[in-house]
Amino acid sequence: MHDAAQNAGPVDHAGRAARFVANADQTTWHDSVLWRIREKRDAVSEGVQGWERLRDLASQIKEHTLSKLDEYLIEFEKCAAANGVQVHWASDAEAHNRIVYDLLEARDVRRVVKSKSMLTEECGLNPYLEARGLEVVDTDLGERIVQLRGEPPSHLVAPAIHVRREEISVLFHEELGTPAGSSDPQFLAGAMRQDLRARFLAADAAITGVNFAVASTGGLVVVTNEGNANLGAHLAPVHIACMGIEKLIPKPEHLGVFLRLLSRSATGQPLSIYTSHFHRPAPGRELHIVLVDNGRTRHLAREDFRASLKCIRCGACLNTCPVYRRSGGHSYGATPSGPIGAILAPGRDMEKYATLPFASSLCGSCSDVCPVKIDIHAQLYRWRQEAAREGHISRGKRLGMNMAGWITRRPARYRLAGRLARSLLRYAPRRLLYGRWNVWGRARDIPEPPARSFGEWYAAERGKK
Amino acid sequence: MKIGLFVPCYIDQFYPQVAVATLELLERLGCDVAYPREQTCCGQPMANAGCAEDAEATHRHTAACFREFDYVVGPSGSCVLHLREHVEQAATVRYYELCQFLVEVLQVDRLHASFSGRVGLHASCHGLRGLRLASSSERREPPFDHVAHLLGMVDGLELVGLRRPDECCGFGGIFAVQEEAVSVRMGADRLDDHLQHGVEVITGADMSCLMHLDGLIRRRDMPLRVLHVAEILNGSAEMSHA
Repeated sequence: MHDAAQNAGPVDHAGRAARFVANADQTTWHDSVLWRIREKRDAVSEGVQGWERLRDLASQIKEHTLSKLDEYLIEFEKCAAANGVQVHWASDAEAHNRIVYDLLEARDVRRVVKSKSMLTEECGLNPYLEARGLEVVDTDLGERIVQLRGEPPSHLVAPAIHVRREEISVLFHEELGTPAGSSDPQFLAGAMRQDLRARFLAADAAITGVNFAVASTGGLVVVTNEGNANLGAHLAPVHIACMGIEKLIPKPEHLGVFLRLLSRSATGQPLSIYTSHFHRPAPGRELHIVLVDNGRTRHLAREDFRASLKCIRCGACLNTCPVYRRSGGHSYGATPSGPIGAILAPGRDMEKYATLPFASSLCGSCSDVCPVKIDIHAQLYRWRQEAAREGHISRGKRLGMNMAGWITRRPARYRLAGRLARSLLRYAPRRLLYGRWNVWGRARDIPEPPARSFGEWYAAERGKK
Repeated sequence: MKIGLFVPCYIDQFYPQVAVATLELLERLGCDVAYPREQTCCGQPMANAGCAEDAEATHRHTAACFREFDYVVGPSGSCVLHLREHVEQAATVRYYELCQFLVEVLQVDRLHASFSGRVGLHASCHGLRGLRLASSSERREPPFDHVAHLLGMVDGLELVGLRRPDECCGFGGIFAVQEEAVSVRMGADRLDDHLQHGVEVITGADMSCLMHLDGLIRRRDMPLRVLHVAEILNGSAEMSHA
């Protein structure tokens, strides 16, 4: 259920994760569903010759674009405007929400359909519009489910992946009037489709996200499976497309690289069902693009962390992450969640998200799976240093690390500490050893200490040589 | 070729037999090995906890201990990766994980070791994705596996396939404590995979992962045990196995 703490105070990832993992069956199921997507991704990428070369190319194109982002943004604005698109610039979430609201208000819009936008989640657009009397309906099935549950999405491309079919059955029974106990996915999806059709037809405006924006053409590409972005944009008189400024690519031919990687990495599909290109408004209609910064230029200035702006929001790092699969998206308290969220969120608000870089075993699977080769695990390591430097680690940990550093810089101290630790483990009563202080020992035994360290063995057996 | 034996602190203190096996194995393969007795810790525990500054003096000390060698070889992918990434390396010194050293530098093609039993290989993440001891399942590259290659030279050893051959066990240093619940669950899931495939002995190139798994095995009284790959390759495991 919706965590009330979502918007208040520092996120306690470990605590939230512990609550998630306490439900062993749900954890098993969540882990296996996501792992299946990872396996599909593996199988479908196997069929692409030069997969690693594609990743290199994608990474290089993004790096190049980010290095000249200012120029490409201006080129994009010029081309889009020439196509009859109205371009707006938003420096932060508040500006984005206000621009969207002003556009809607000026056109007397009451009902909005939305599709495929993590950016509007990042900006908190829904509550902003709802507070001003607008009806906002998320039209993608998973998004709609979490919207009806009053939750944020838990996954980049599968926002309701944490919700079980039986829960959806109950939710749809209450919200859509489907018969109690009906849990056939086909039937439930059909019921939602019926409900949404009427909302599409009644909408005064459609808001969509953007997967890629092409600087040289001023065009937008939106990649979906359900086609709701198309339906919304084609039916409503006004289409507002909201995008982070990092979504740019220089030329249309670069789409050939990214589209081959995106769906395969995201869902294990060779291509998604819809790849929609928007260039200009239909006659008598309006097309608006809102270019959002919201901390991205500040992030671009951080040499150690800017590579995370290469992200194409495929979610592969979530699917592969052994921690995400066992802690659930809501444990991160951020959109997006998972490894990519854990390196983006601290840049927006370190105070709140300082635990996220520690929600990783640094296994590196995220970096190896990433289609644009973001060094995610290395950034997690570097964010840990930032978190500690800014005082966001516990006093106990700080002190422990001071001590460890003090001990290990001198061989004599190290040997003495080792001997004491081994004696303690050998002679202390079990009750003391496994007291409350011993977090390791809650579920794991401590290694049995040998009488001699290797150093002592070496001195005795080889020392005379 | 002068080789410095690098022994991670927790192996020194808790698993001396792993360091002995590493030393003996290298010597039997004809290497001139010395153990600099002043060494302590590579500094990774502090650095991974976000306190790299607390590790700086330790890093300098470690670099000084190994300055005079051609190769520094240790039985841990994780600690060697930390040396490579964070500890200054004199131009003439190369840091190596044991198996990578055996395969890439010594190019070992036979071993005199035997072992009976069904063995599951735990591919530790830092060795796998950091040092590239094997191809990782995420990348589309020709498959290879240094540790499995070496285990294949051991008479009688039956290497068992797993459903998720390179998923993290959840150790992760500070992670094992800070995210205790998820860490434990990850370890339990790995053990299930090994058990379901009839594994009797879990081996690997990192004792830290094996320490975490062994902690779970002993607490849950599971029919499994762990051995560092050096113990198997050296043939010293057979004696304790009996």
